Amino acid sequence: MSEFLRDAVDLQVQVDAIGLGAVFALMAVGIGLVFGVMRLVNFAYGQLIMAGAFALAYASDRDWPVGVGIALCFAVVLVLSLAMERVVFRPLRAQSAAVMLIATFAVAFLLQSIALLWFGPLGKTATSLVQLNRPVEIAGVDIRKITIVAIVTAAVCLLLLVALLNRTSIGLHMRAAAIDSQTARLLGVRANAVSMVSVLIAGALAAVVAVMLTVQYPTVTPTFALQETILVLAGVVVGGMTRLLSATLGGFLIGYVSGLLGGALPSSQSQYLPSFLFGLVILVLLVRPDGLFTRRRGLVERV
Amino acid sequence: MSSLEIRELEVAYGGVAAVRGLSLDIAPGEIVGLIGPNGAGKSTTLHAIMGLVPARGGEIRFGDRSLRGRSPEAIARSGIALVPEGRRLFAELSVEENLRLGLAARPRSNGSDDALAEVARLFPIVEEYRHRHAGALSGGQQQQLAIARALVAEPSVLLLDEPSLGLAPTVVDLVFSTLKTIAERGIGVLLVEQRAQRTVALASRTHVLANGELRLTLTPADAADTDRMVAAYLS
Repeated sequence: MSEFLRDAVDLQVQVDAIGLGAVFALMAVGIGLVFGVMRLVNFAYGQLIMAGAFALAYASDRDWPVGVGIALCFAVVLVLSLAMERVVFRPLRAQSAAVMLIATFAVAFLLQSIALLWFGPLGKTATSLVQLNRPVEIAGVDIRKITIVAIVTAAVCLLLLVALLNRTSIGLHMRAAAIDSQTARLLGVRANAVSMVSVLIAGALAAVVAVMLTVQYPTVTPTFALQETILVLAGVVVGGMTRLLSATLGGFLIGYVSGLLGGALPSSQSQYLPSFLFGLVILVLLVRPDGLFTRRRGLVERV
Repeated sequence: MSSLEIRELEVAYGGVAAVRGLSLDIAPGEIVGLIGPNGAGKSTTLHAIMGLVPARGGEIRFGDRSLRGRSPEAIARSGIALVPEGRRLFAELSVEENLRLGLAARPRSNGSDDALAEVARLFPIVEEYRHRHAGALSGGQQQQLAIARALVAEPSVLLLDEPSLGLAPTVVDLVFSTLKTIAERGIGVLLVEQRAQRTVALASRTHVLANGELRLTLTPADAADTDRMVAAYLS
């Protein structure tokens, strides 16, 4: 136990855990944003990341420059996101949450099957950015470059998103639609535009996450990012699904805890990592079913 | 400015008729009242105009186009604004953000600043409390904000669903006098109200609705006798 604690407070483990938390936070934003605006839990979010990762692997297979690979990754994920919105989310908007959730399950398995047919179960490797795994020494601690890149990128993405939500009229429309979509539409807010923009932002974040994750896990298979997505979904619920901030914090937290446990657990026990995590998730939900980071709604807010 | 014409409107909820064969007109600059007991179909009529519930029959025309089957946002953008029952403000957004949301219905963004300045003149409180959360305003202030939010879109027709509900008498006076000002600017107003007598006195025509049908139309001359006449027709 004392060894466990010592490893957990180890600076290197801490930094890695924050790096993983940053990537998970971006995924949580992608899931939370779409949920906020459309009340839709997009289970297929992980498959968007998987598709982006395959795009990177495809480009690295052909020795295309890194920039081209990243551009292809963004293009694939954004086109898939738009197609998903247009073909599945939009027609089902008036349906119940359960119907929409099952529909996104179907999309998830469809994309996974396409990847399986196209690339086979062993997948491909994306190697063009692996040099980011090399460490740099900062204050006596070895930190992988990707960790720094992940933390900085996540911070920049979140700041840009906050600016968009708070300083532009489409951002205001998105916030209003997330609070009360019917009233927003009565005021002339275009539901289609709002859902398209949120799906595009979520898609762009999925592409960013695909780039980050392929650096750490260069082997891209059809189940790429699946476990991460399930963890993030749990994190979003633990944080509090109804607000973007609490969902993001929840995503960060589960990434951070997962990084901490992964770094501190002896490697013989690391296969139990998901069990530990989901055990924690259940505990938290028993104590705070509305989410860790939500405040209780006052009467004033419920006009 | 265009007129809103409703002809033989039929609305049903799951097979139960809520509005039956209702016809009415709102011309530019005119206030039309709609009164009647709870469940008479007043709110349903407003919801059908805004596209929130589908019309089963009849026609809703605005200028030269039909509104039936169009989305709420398309109807709002065509120049019809609703001040909904209970105001439906975004309590956790600021007063200014609520107002800016009203701009969403404008087809173009030019003139937005003028429209914001204009409602600030009409309702000084929206300027004074710009940065407050809408949920922190009093009921009367919230109602003013709800009307202001509808007006920044510069609609041709303004629909109001019980704007005086739960307000202190002095605030009710303010709301009613504001409606008069709004109509004087050429906006057509359809006012759904529980305060029958005041509505009849204000509106050029007030229709009495019961069980989804128009039963009676009153003019300001009938104001003093409103309660007796309504009671006689509904019994």
